Amino acid sequence: MNSRKIFATGLRVMAYCILIVWAIIALMPLYWVFTTALQLPDEVLSMPPKLIPTVVKKFIPLYLQGDKDQALHILSESFKSVRVLFTDIGLPKWFFNSVLVSVTATLGILLLDSMAGYVFAKKQFPGRDFLFWIMISTMMIPGQVTLVPMFILVTKLGIKNSLWSVILPPLAMVFGVFLMRQFMKTIPTELIEAARIDGASEFKTYWKIIIPLSKPALATLGILTFMSVWNSFLWPLIVLNKSYLYTLPVGLKTLQDKNLVNYGLLMSGAAISAIPMIIVFLFFQRYFIKGLTLGGLKG
Amino acid sequence: MIFIKGQINPTEVGSRRRLFRRKEKQPTMHLLKQIGKHKWDYLFLLPKFSVFLVFIALPVVWAFVLSFQEYQIFDTVWVGLDNFKAVFTGDLFYKALWNTFRYTLVVVPSQVMIALILASLINPLNRKAQTFFRAAYYLPTVTSVVVISMVWRWMYNSRGLLNYILSLVGVDAINWLGSSNWALTSIIMMAILTPPGVGVILYLAAMGSIPESLYEAARIDGAGPITTWWRITLPLLKPTTLYLVVLGTIGSFQVFAQVLLMTDGGPGYATTTLVHLIYKSAFRDFEFGLASAQAIVLFGIVLIFAFIQFKFLNTDVEY
Repeated sequence: MNSRKIFATGLRVMAYCILIVWAIIALMPLYWVFTTALQLPDEVLSMPPKLIPTVVKKFIPLYLQGDKDQALHILSESFKSVRVLFTDIGLPKWFFNSVLVSVTATLGILLLDSMAGYVFAKKQFPGRDFLFWIMISTMMIPGQVTLVPMFILVTKLGIKNSLWSVILPPLAMVFGVFLMRQFMKTIPTELIEAARIDGASEFKTYWKIIIPLSKPALATLGILTFMSVWNSFLWPLIVLNKSYLYTLPVGLKTLQDKNLVNYGLLMSGAAISAIPMIIVFLFFQRYFIKGLTLGGLKG
Repeated sequence: MIFIKGQINPTEVGSRRRLFRRKEKQPTMHLLKQIGKHKWDYLFLLPKFSVFLVFIALPVVWAFVLSFQEYQIFDTVWVGLDNFKAVFTGDLFYKALWNTFRYTLVVVPSQVMIALILASLINPLNRKAQTFFRAAYYLPTVTSVVVISMVWRWMYNSRGLLNYILSLVGVDAINWLGSSNWALTSIIMMAILTPPGVGVILYLAAMGSIPESLYEAARIDGAGPITTWWRITLPLLKPTTLYLVVLGTIGSFQVFAQVLLMTDGGPGYATTTLVHLIYKSAFRDFEFGLASAQAIVLFGIVLIFAFIQFKFLNTDVEY
């Protein structure tokens, strides 16, 4: 009995050790982004590397000791590369483009997919299953297959080098239709019939009954879409060739091409582009998890 | 009787005629009527289906057409199977295929295994610890692959963090991304050390849905935690494993951003992968037909792999 207990405790301690070590490995790169971003310009390449940036170590002690000038000097030096990104390089514009594209595409997808998901889940009409099957069957096709035709298409439509070229294509993604349909199937049909008896129009039924009841699914889809558009890289890289049109990932890539070894600058840019997603994740964690499990296991 | 018959007759004939006429016009009339009756349903579907047709269905068909063409803006010619011949005769394609295979073969099993181990260790913990570790492992997944690749490139720098750690244990600095011996290994190592956030979450969800009664039965039979895990948990997780392996394979075959940002396929062609090759053919050499053919070959390979994995791993699990 006793030896068994010791064995169990030992297992538990070992489990915690493995989990913690792996968590450190997991978070180290992100930590290193922020550390490098905050280091003083001459600290970045110093050997041995500074695991904690000077500003974090020294700012508060110096400030409390009354050496305010020195403290503020260190602070301003540490944010030098951030300042360069904001003034000399068009990072605010890239940030704005990323927000604009991600928000617009997300709202568009929420509207389109909830409408399509609603009729697929709750209506009977000729061709329903056929249309649904066509859409779902394209989910298996790797994105690279359509890369070249899409490039020719947006060129011919005249939207290459405009933000429309990165807003419109994501609207066609079919994962959301699938997710909304799965969720809306669980809404009782009696509610829809009751609304019809009360004389509500089709659109009113959708807007006043289906949408409010689908909020959890909409939140999940919204967050997953926002993340995938915010992080999308290959397609914007191909169609956006003007600096003022770049989204953050594309901007970072060109930044890297021009400043191969200015790691302080590169990591500041990386940090700024990572922060929004990290905040969104920390606030809406449960929707990420719900989205994964909804989209994953019901296939 | 005759009178009555006579009276009925015209109606009968008339009705038969009407029946006949209706049968003749039925298909189109019927369809139009059905569409009219369901016009709201189609209207609700119309926006999504239009963008789907324009930005997915049309490009997919077009990709197949392009792969048999030599595309130029004003003068596109049919070249039959020339593009596919070019794909399979160039050495570069086999090099890229081999690199992609090596990457997939190492990364997918490692990631699934790591996800399984981490999830198994997290599962018995209390709720707070579970939330913490789940978040820690998922956080790198929400960060753009561009950010992750950039910081790894920095850590792999000759004066970067990793060589410093090596110097602490007395190992000489490694030229991680600059030597053809190490470059692909470095990219693989980055993939393995970036935690499989999706896998952990899906495994945890699956473990949560295994009925407690099974574990109780095992406990009564005197099975220890490791036996229980091996005999009950693992077999019941098979659908999740299948899903992760298939999804991981599809994803690994498309590895691109890391390669572009860290080595750009080099040194030489040591890290060129299939998608990097497609990107190069299309947007550096502007060989649209060749790039489409390469993409379709990639699609075929992905399909074959997914099919084989389904065949070998798929079993219905009931509990």
